[in-house]
Amino acid sequence: MNKLKLIIKREFLAKVKNKSFIVMTVLSPLLMVGLMMLIIFLNEKNSEDVRTVAFVDESNLLASTFTDTETTKYIDLTALGIDEARMQTEGQYYGILYIPKSDSLVNLSKGIAFYSEDTPSLNLLGSIENKLEKKIRNLKIEQLHFDVDKIKATETTVEIATENFVGEKSSKIGSVLRMIAGGGFGYLIFMFIIIYGTSVMRSVIEEKTSRIIEVIISSVKPFQLMMGKILGNALAGVLQFIIWMISAGLLLFAITYIFGIDTAGSGTAMGQMNPEMVQQVQASSASELQLALQEIKNLPILTMFFSFIIYFIGGYLIYSSIYAAIGAAVDSETDTQQFMMPVLMPLIIAIYVGFSVIENPHGPIALAFSLFPLTSPIVMLMRIPFGVPWWQIVTSMFLLIITFIAIVWFAAKIYRVGILMYGKKPTYKELYKWLKY
Amino acid sequence: MKNILTVENVCKNYGNFTALNNVSISVPKGSVFGLLGPNGAGKTSLIRIINQITLPDSGTILLDGEPLKPHHVHQIGYLPEERGLYKSMKVGEQALYLAQLKGLSKTEAKKKLKYWFEKFEISDWWDKKIQELSKGMAQKVQFIVTVLHSPKLLIFDEPFTGFDPINANMIKDEILKLRDEGASIIFSTHRMESVEELCDNIALINKSNKILDGKLSDIKQEFKTNQFEVGLFSNDKDELLNQINSQYLTEKSNSAKLKDELRLIITLKNGDTSKDLIRFLNNKAQLNHFTEIIPSANDIFLKAVANNE
Repeated sequence: MNKLKLIIKREFLAKVKNKSFIVMTVLSPLLMVGLMMLIIFLNEKNSEDVRTVAFVDESNLLASTFTDTETTKYIDLTALGIDEARMQTEGQYYGILYIPKSDSLVNLSKGIAFYSEDTPSLNLLGSIENKLEKKIRNLKIEQLHFDVDKIKATETTVEIATENFVGEKSSKIGSVLRMIAGGGFGYLIFMFIIIYGTSVMRSVIEEKTSRIIEVIISSVKPFQLMMGKILGNALAGVLQFIIWMISAGLLLFAITYIFGIDTAGSGTAMGQMNPEMVQQVQASSASELQLALQEIKNLPILTMFFSFIIYFIGGYLIYSSIYAAIGAAVDSETDTQQFMMPVLMPLIIAIYVGFSVIENPHGPIALAFSLFPLTSPIVMLMRIPFGVPWWQIVTSMFLLIITFIAIVWFAAKIYRVGILMYGKKPTYKELYKWLKY
Repeated sequence: MKNILTVENVCKNYGNFTALNNVSISVPKGSVFGLLGPNGAGKTSLIRIINQITLPDSGTILLDGEPLKPHHVHQIGYLPEERGLYKSMKVGEQALYLAQLKGLSKTEAKKKLKYWFEKFEISDWWDKKIQELSKGMAQKVQFIVTVLHSPKLLIFDEPFTGFDPINANMIKDEILKLRDEGASIIFSTHRMESVEELCDNIALINKSNKILDGKLSDIKQEFKTNQFEVGLFSNDKDELLNQINSQYLTEKSNSAKLKDELRLIITLKNGDTSKDLIRFLNNKAQLNHFTEIIPSANDIFLKAVANNE
């Protein structure tokens, strides 16, 4: 037991002191922060641009539609006529909107065109179309002598509140959150299994190529060495995970802080709008945020947390012991290819299945792959935010543990023989023979 | 207990391949024991079984009278033929780690390491990484790590590879010193001249079977060929040679000779003693040189293996 501790300590320190570990751990959150900052910065830069759109309204009905906003200015060039306007203003404006003369309101919407140098932004076009539609509709209503206010009064919005039988509320935002949480956790496990499994394999190969292996196993059992290696690397992984989580928390804090300033800033801009609109905007964003927060609270966070730990440990142990056996069987990393494919296969399938599963988390495929132990750590974790019956979780964990014991047993046998074999790349047939030594 | 290690009827099979077939050896306390044999004979398999790296299919092993148990690894020091150290780990850290795996406490290990590092004059290597050291330097560290925990039984598999003659000599002296301090040593090698210098007892393994063992001096006695090398002076060498050839079987000697000296290897006749031969030669010529040819370990090795084929 004491020796196992020594081995775990050495493996952990060897991994953590490694430059690439330090770089990965420290640099990747910084990189993420940088990237996010860049995106925010570019977004703001983009929205600061003010576009000027000229319009020629031959119908003389729609000019009042175009009021300047923060990002778009409108200039009335109706006096020039469309041909003149196009010739004169080429390159001066973002684009020219042309509304042709029309004999009736019914035909007014036809023949409206937008001329611009580049392909116009879809957002801008959409908002102009929206405005025109509204305006023309109102004009039509007036023409038919309906009371606009009365018609407005008939407009209704319906929001269906969904709730499951247990009484937990859910919503669209909720399912998106679940998808993100499930997908994120599943993907995280996938990444950690591959990164740390490979690291276990490298460490085994290093001991073989440096020829220290026989010195060590004359002091400790090969199984102890293998487990020490696996656990030491797992601890390094956990450390990296914790550092990332903490820096992610700080990142979230920093971002909300930046956004906090931002909302205050846009508040002054809102002041220029009419007070009614400000209220509307604030009300809607507040309720959405509250809903999202509510939904985050509604996630089975405790279940997710504990199942992440159990599935991570189970999945990692299974795969890293396979990786250890592969490392023991070969002499160099280039020889690992033929054994890597069968190991990566179930992991990749799990990710693919997982991402289709989060759209239909309770279908038969979802159930099957979340019980199969080689894919369950990823697929089950993706399902858990959507609520999984207890018997399924218990069954899949049971299968995971049984498989883990069996695979570690097999891997240890191959490892024990493989670490003392030099020279030639073994075939699967030879690996099978080693099991019987 | 007279023997530090007793191996009795050990068998080991790998699939259909027999690595050891009913091998028994006894290593007396306080001696150097040579474990010899051609490549692939089964030496390493036997050594790995003694180190509990692999388990025998059958047979018993006693260390100092007790059946071999996992805790006995602390009493054995093993320098494998395929050896090395963690390349990116510092010398001191690494030596401490390996010493602790052999059951030493950290403070004890530090104290002992200090002693050995000073003895080998390598104290300033402590914070260097192994990859910065030459092969010979790394071998010194490896030797220290092997003997550090003062094991009762030391097993060296080709200990001199990677050393220049000066350092090889130093290591040889250290091995003999360890023996004088009471350690027992198993020494596996192909280099027969070092067997002559070091070993008190030997065992020879060929094709998974032990074909020879015992005290080196007894084995030499057993393998002696009753041949004598003689150096003679005579006025008529051809006549002398004819006269000797008529009585005895002779061979030319390849060893250095004086001017006009006749050097021969003469095989004794059955029933004759060396006295009879001396008397015969004395009558014919001036006898200048007379030694019995003692078979070298190399000769014994080749002969025993050839007989076994």
